[in-house]
Amino acid sequence: MSNMLSKIGTIAKNGLIKENPTFVLVLGMCPTLGVTTSAINGMGMGLATTFVLMMSNLVISCLKSVIPDKVRIPAFIVIIATFVTMLAMVMEAYVPSLFEALGLFIPLIVVNCIVLARAESFASKNNPLLSLFDGLFMGLGFTIALTLLGLVRELLGSGAAFGHKFIEGDAMLLFVLAPGGFIGLGLLSAIVNYFRNK
Amino acid sequence: MKLLNVSGSPHVHSGESVKRIMWNVNIALIPLLLTAILFFGFDALFVCLVSVASCLLFQWLIEKFLLKTKTTITDGSAIVTGLLLAFNLPSNLPLWIVIIGALVAIGIGKMSFGGLGKNPFNPALVGRVFLLISFPVQMTTWPRPLGICNIFANGTPDALTGATPLAAFKEAVKAGGSIDLPSLMDAFLGHMGGSLGEISALAIIIGGIYLLCRKVISWHIPVSFIGTAFVFGAILWLCNPNMYMDPVHVILSGGIMLGAVFMATDMVTSPMSKWGQVVFGIGCGLLTIIIRNWGSYPEGVSFAILLMNACVPLINKGFKPKRFAK
Amino acid sequence: MAKKAESTLLNMVLVLTIIAVVTAAALAFLNNVTKGPIADAKKAKTEAAIKEVLPEFASLKSAKVMLDGDKDSTNCNLAFNASDELVGVAVESSTEKGFSGHLGVMVGFDAEGNITGYNVLETQETPGLGSKAGEWFQKDGKGCVVGMNPATNNMTVKKDGGDVDAITAATISSRAFCDAINRAYEAFTKVKGGTDNE
Repeated sequence: MSNMLSKIGTIAKNGLIKENPTFVLVLGMCPTLGVTTSAINGMGMGLATTFVLMMSNLVISCLKSVIPDKVRIPAFIVIIATFVTMLAMVMEAYVPSLFEALGLFIPLIVVNCIVLARAESFASKNNPLLSLFDGLFMGLGFTIALTLLGLVRELLGSGAAFGHKFIEGDAMLLFVLAPGGFIGLGLLSAIVNYFRNK
Repeated sequence: MKLLNVSGSPHVHSGESVKRIMWNVNIALIPLLLTAILFFGFDALFVCLVSVASCLLFQWLIEKFLLKTKTTITDGSAIVTGLLLAFNLPSNLPLWIVIIGALVAIGIGKMSFGGLGKNPFNPALVGRVFLLISFPVQMTTWPRPLGICNIFANGTPDALTGATPLAAFKEAVKAGGSIDLPSLMDAFLGHMGGSLGEISALAIIIGGIYLLCRKVISWHIPVSFIGTAFVFGAILWLCNPNMYMDPVHVILSGGIMLGAVFMATDMVTSPMSKWGQVVFGIGCGLLTIIIRNWGSYPEGVSFAILLMNACVPLINKGFKPKRFAK
Repeated sequence: MAKKAESTLLNMVLVLTIIAVVTAAALAFLNNVTKGPIADAKKAKTEAAIKEVLPEFASLKSAKVMLDGDKDSTNCNLAFNASDELVGVAVESSTEKGFSGHLGVMVGFDAEGNITGYNVLETQETPGLGSKAGEWFQKDGKGCVVGMNPATNNMTVKKDGGDVDAITAATISSRAFCDAINRAYEAFTKVKGGTDNE
């Protein structure tokens, strides 16, 4: 049991810091740059991805012994796509405003490298429980990164945090536009890696 | 493996140094500074002073506390960046925006790549484009030059600000009307709205000739840049004189002159070989005219130069400098 | 670790088929569940947009009118009160004269033709300049058009001799906005003429 707990601890540390999908593995850049115009959007996207990661990791880990090696990628993609479609339908029905803000990026979770990477490198080799936790912590690492980036861009770009405005009018507009995503991500990664290497 | 073949001593030193080049550029920028003060008053001087001072300060802070290396603020490059940044801004810009521009120019444009000589993009232009996109309102309301001003006489009487000839022209074309452009003499001397350093072609030419004489720049980039813009502009103008500006105004208005002489020629961010520089200049000219006429911003010089900066490694690959004695 | 299924043709086809069938069934089920809420959310969204630009109303009727020289018809939503009198019209107007082309605006008029509100539906105007049209012309904005009546007010920018304050440094977008309002009014008069004759 304690063995299990220490394993989960390692997984948590990997997902959140050591192998943070955004700052360290630099995976899933498309949604990272696309939706992080505000902290709420970043968090919504992160949590949506977390859900898909957990479910796909769990199911793939359960099915790993029945899926033949040569068709594993199509099988993984079908499973991932199913959960993404489910998520999209539920979101459209019950949180339409968030669904609209995230737009095209929800269906694009299917091709997010993180999901397939975890399926391939973790879930297909480990037991369902560990896979579930791996999905959870990788997803949370992604969520933290996206929320942080969204917060920085929202603060600098529109002078607000989580939708609460601090100043009248606009701030540095560049940060809510695409180039601000690249610059913000670059600076954040630099800061995170500066402390990680210390 | 031998990377470098150096013959035995003695060697002749050419006397070139970063310091000498940068101070020559600063001297060449003096006529521009004078015209800016002449046309926009002491506002212009304040913008320049704040820009240069904050560039120096940020460079010093980053080198001292972040990189912990020897400070290089005396080589004059931060002053060049500061002056060029200021020359790309309107004189009535709030000073805190100027400081942000300096931080971006030095911090993101230059130091994040490792400092002078390692930056792929012209730092002053990085600062300017950042400000243009971030603060579009402040960056596109231009003070009119002091003195007898009949350029925009048909505007609203209470306004103290006006559009540049380029913006006014673009707006007029969209609305289907016509616009009185400043006379060629006004445009040549600098009697029109615009950024601090871009208004006077005369001052830029004086500075450019000084740099040419001092061999800090070569003629390839300015001539190919301005020439391409002129020819492309002329072709468009001949096709439809109502839709497009005449080519003389094209090269005299906006930042083409300033960009071609002082920005595109930046040694670090331009190609090494002569032919590479010609290609670079042609690319800048084409992109400038394309952005001006079909882009959503009235002026495209800074975007054009930054885009071509990004192509420099490719150009260098295609047009290698000739090896000595080969 | 359990024995991995062999990659024989039968295995591969069988596994993929089963996965596809199961996921399809799950999705079909969820689609059924969320179909209703999604339709409701969509309807609520359009209604909310109309409500925002119109005074209180009890029922809606939609109509299409052709403006002179247009290829597509303009959508109008006629609002009636409880006693079936026309209280206002929300016109889904648009113009191609924006700085970056298309600009879609929903404009609300009361029965007399006074502007009761507007809502920018689609815009590609320059961020920070023309994109301000969403707030600039609102009731508490700097260039308020709410309350004006295109029949008595000259709905062009002041620079062109009209009554509307243009957005700072974005005259072209402001002209386009006025154009959209005028086109909406044109549609309003047409659709109102139609109902008066009934």
